[in-house]
Amino acid sequence: MEKVPDPEIPVLSILDLGVVRSVNVNDEEILIEITSTYSGCPATDVFIADIKLELEKHNLTNVKVQMKYSPAWTTDWITDKGRVKLKEFGIAPPVNEPDKSILFAKSFVVPCPKCDSDETHLVSQFGSTACKALYQCDSCQEPYDYFKCLR
Amino acid sequence: MKNELINYCLRLGDSSLILGQRLAEWCSKGPMLEEDIALTNISLDFFGQSRMLYSYIAELKGGDETEDTVAFRRNEREFYNILLAERPNGHFGDTIVRSFFVDAFNFHHYSKLKESKDSVIAAFAEKSLKEVVYHLRHSSEWVIRLGDGTEESKLKVQTSLNELWSYTGDMFDMNDGDHLLTSEGIAIDLEEIKPLWNATIESVLKRGKLDLPESKYMQKGSRKAMHSEYLGHLLCEMQFIQRAYPNSQW
Repeated sequence: MEKVPDPEIPVLSILDLGVVRSVNVNDEEILIEITSTYSGCPATDVFIADIKLELEKHNLTNVKVQMKYSPAWTTDWITDKGRVKLKEFGIAPPVNEPDKSILFAKSFVVPCPKCDSDETHLVSQFGSTACKALYQCDSCQEPYDYFKCLR
Repeated sequence: MKNELINYCLRLGDSSLILGQRLAEWCSKGPMLEEDIALTNISLDFFGQSRMLYSYIAELKGGDETEDTVAFRRNEREFYNILLAERPNGHFGDTIVRSFFVDAFNFHHYSKLKESKDSVIAAFAEKSLKEVVYHLRHSSEWVIRLGDGTEESKLKVQTSLNELWSYTGDMFDMNDGDHLLTSEGIAIDLEEIKPLWNATIESVLKRGKLDLPESKYMQKGSRKAMHSEYLGHLLCEMQFIQRAYPNSQW
């Protein structure tokens, strides 16, 4: 599973991302349960195919991958290792967003993954994939992705 | 009970699918790059939400049904989406107001529906709610920005509000099956959602210095699969490949 990457953020494995919920091995088959990050995330179908392909390399062919919707995935499940990898890749990992109220949420600091400056601003709540927002650093001017906190 | 449950899931799933399809029409036509991406991101969330319910419906129906046959092999009189979802995109303000009405409804609805006694519906609501929070923040902030913007933007968004208002009552319409499911703890009594929805709408419009539309007349019919002409055209485009080449795959 360590070898199966997130197709959209290839530095992360599906284990780093925290989408694998359980693996059950019995005499006849291997049953794997996964949770999708955002419900429309197109990466989910790729995860399923890639898990099967990777296991096939080890002659494990009787593999069933099932979707598990509850409990819903949260960014808290991204591992510590995953967070470090995200930052090294140039994506700001999710920060603990203090205020999840709908409107006029208090702004929170998303430090720049390049220069660690706290002087940054939100460009758009929606980025290149469902899980990311767009930010820009006011110190080094670097535009970067932020992995949105989902709880 | 099973038929009522299927019909209820169609109501939820169709509303997501059809609004998702409408928002996808903005792809490459957004007023600026960030909005192009935002609207299509939200569209993707809606597609994902409908898939969750369509797979469940396929499972309940059994046989050869799949999530794809549920989406692509029904005609407009078999769709139960809310009327607002099928309204055309119009200009950006029309799209934002339509989303704002629906997002506020979804937010309050799913906040309660996540306690449903049906585990699939509860999981659907729990998952969707996390996404809906972002949708509502996006549409509300735009309503305020357009309302409290220029004279032109205020006039346009107020007109959008007035024109779409008569379609909002339809979201709260319930049929006998919905009432039965409510008494079983599976569905939610939408009368309870109405005051919460009203409060959100009023507070956002106030911040945007906009007027709450006064008209009391409300369009209805979608809970009985009665739609406006727009839905048929939307389905023509959405279903074309699967109708022309049944079971075709990528």
